[in-house]
Amino acid sequence: MRKSFVPVLVVAAAMFACAPVLIVGAPYEATMGLVQKIFYFHVPSAMVMFLSAFVCGIASAFYLFGRKAASDRLATAAGELTVVFGLIVLVTGPLWARKAWGVWWQWDARLTSALLLWMIFVAYLLVRKYGGPGSDKLAAAMALFGMANVPFVYVSVNIWRTIHPKTTVVPSLAPGMRGPFWFSVAAFLLLYAVMLASRVRLERQRAAVEELYLEAEEE
Amino acid sequence: MMFLRVAWLVMRKDLTVEVRSREVLYTTAFFAVSCVLVFAFALVREGRPLEDAAAGILWIAIAFAGTLALGRTFERERHAETLRALMLAPASRPAIYVGKLLGILALLAAVEVVLVPLVGLLFHAAFLSRPVLMIALLVTGTGGFAAVGTLFAAMLVRARSRDVLLPVLLYPITIPVIIAGVRGTAALLQPVPDAEVARMWIALLAFFDIVFVTLSLWTFEPLMTE
Amino acid sequence: MTFDFDQVAVRDVSRHYGRRRALSHITFTCRAGEILGLLGPNGAGKSTLLSILATLLTPSAGEIRYGDRTANEAGPLLRARLGLLAHDLHLYPELTARENLEFFARLHGVADARARAAEGLERAGLASRANDIVTGFSRGMRQRLALERALLHDPRLLLLDEPFTGLDDASAAALVTRLRELRAERRLVVAATHDLDVADGLLDRAAVLRDGRLIAIDEGHGPLRERYRAHIARGALPGAQSLEPRAESPEPR
Repeated sequence: MRKSFVPVLVVAAAMFACAPVLIVGAPYEATMGLVQKIFYFHVPSAMVMFLSAFVCGIASAFYLFGRKAASDRLATAAGELTVVFGLIVLVTGPLWARKAWGVWWQWDARLTSALLLWMIFVAYLLVRKYGGPGSDKLAAAMALFGMANVPFVYVSVNIWRTIHPKTTVVPSLAPGMRGPFWFSVAAFLLLYAVMLASRVRLERQRAAVEELYLEAEEE
Repeated sequence: MMFLRVAWLVMRKDLTVEVRSREVLYTTAFFAVSCVLVFAFALVREGRPLEDAAAGILWIAIAFAGTLALGRTFERERHAETLRALMLAPASRPAIYVGKLLGILALLAAVEVVLVPLVGLLFHAAFLSRPVLMIALLVTGTGGFAAVGTLFAAMLVRARSRDVLLPVLLYPITIPVIIAGVRGTAALLQPVPDAEVARMWIALLAFFDIVFVTLSLWTFEPLMTE
Repeated sequence: MTFDFDQVAVRDVSRHYGRRRALSHITFTCRAGEILGLLGPNGAGKSTLLSILATLLTPSAGEIRYGDRTANEAGPLLRARLGLLAHDLHLYPELTARENLEFFARLHGVADARARAAEGLERAGLASRANDIVTGFSRGMRQRLALERALLHDPRLLLLDEPFTGLDDASAAALVTRLRELRAERRLVVAATHDLDVADGLLDRAAVLRDGRLIAIDEGHGPLRERYRAHIARGALPGAQSLEPRAESPEPR
């Protein structure tokens, strides 16, 4: 375990402990009131989800072309975290939307891309689990294609929706909100780093156990 | 050029095999038609099928039929392990991918020749009001779907649960194709066909095709070698 | 530009699937003009080793040198010199015998594919059935066709996986003759087989595998079946020695 792991974990935990204080202190948004505060969890989660998807895609490309087991371990970990943070986004989003705008879901470009990205990575996990031998490469292809796909989804949904009027308006940040917002972003990023590191470590240990089994069979 | 020769060879072999048995063609075409009927009865307003749904139904039928055709075609290769024989040849692997892709496209084109007029008939949709644009839409759309599908179906040949994994992997990736295909077709089906919009969707599809065929050519070899 | 070699050196090749070891530290050398057998019980790893030799599988550890180059270094040029007759035969059942041979000949870039395919049909004794669909063929006929398909592109190394399965005596004898011809042409032949009676007298040497390990390289005299049983019995004892292959192989008989 790297030396930096525990301190970072502590910092992340501390940040999450402080966060509610800062969030409560932040000004209320004009139209939405208290409900808007969910955005301090929703937006950073979305950022982390996209980051994680990107990490998984790049690691998968390295694995497909470089065949290093370490790339595959990173890809697995990032893939799982994409699904986890994606779930947070997809749950907090509708909760906010329902209260703020009266609908659970909107088929706009941003939401649709997020949903699709999430589904692609759920498929990634399904392939890893049920694909049998060789599924690590299949999953890597899925992650790579999925990553390449996101811009197309965004653009096509965007074009589709501009033909119909937009009904949602994402608020711009009032000054008092910026502090807590960026604090939340930092907290989530640290949390992600910590979770990613642990998960990769778990994979590494699993691989080491497999190696030991193989060596034991030598006798 | 060696590459094109190999692709042509593989495609011709696939088409010869298919023409002999016609199994995949008939079953896929019939399946597509059944699909259309299911949707016609499922999407009903005031006791009559929803005519505005023609564009969507067409592309869903293409997607479902395409998945079936891909699965069956590669199942055939798996049966005699002939895909291994293809990999053993000194031929360029991407060329084999292109050959298989062209074979699938030919098959799907044959299915669409039946499907498009049928959907047009059942839903009173004037698919042929702007035939050139409609065909361009079908070619670029089916092409994108088949490009990704051929790669995924080939790589799943040796995997477990391959029947269910193909749609699980393929549909999320081909959502842009569906969106573009349906919106483009819908634009053409309006009382005054909106050629401008259709052209835009065709351009998007063409771009998608280029990107994903390139990606597939690039990843085919690493994916097929164990 | 062709790539040629007159020996194949397998060095410390291992292959595992997760926890399961399919092959473990296999080392031997095969030389031109010899028929090397791969013997062993089911699950010993013979098919896996053949797949690795055919470059269809990559080893988890170790390397194989064809002449002085590995599979990665030689690339497609190597595949042009390999022929595989696998258990599945790799024939398209919906095509005719002639179409199968012509397709593979063209795919391998063989000059004058049609003539070579016709020759292959002759040698397989299937010239009269050239335009019949392969589905209607017996196992023996398909085997002969598949063997000719594997030889169309003049491979230097021929790999056979259980070639005698399902063959009647006449077909088996014909196959033995054909393999002897290939040996005389200074090709390398590696055949995995269970059929010890047929293999007896055909094989110059035999590598005996068990549980993914190479337990012996046999070059002895006397009935193969007895020698094989002795190797397997000895190999089953804990701490059994695995014989190192001798540096020089005997002259092919």
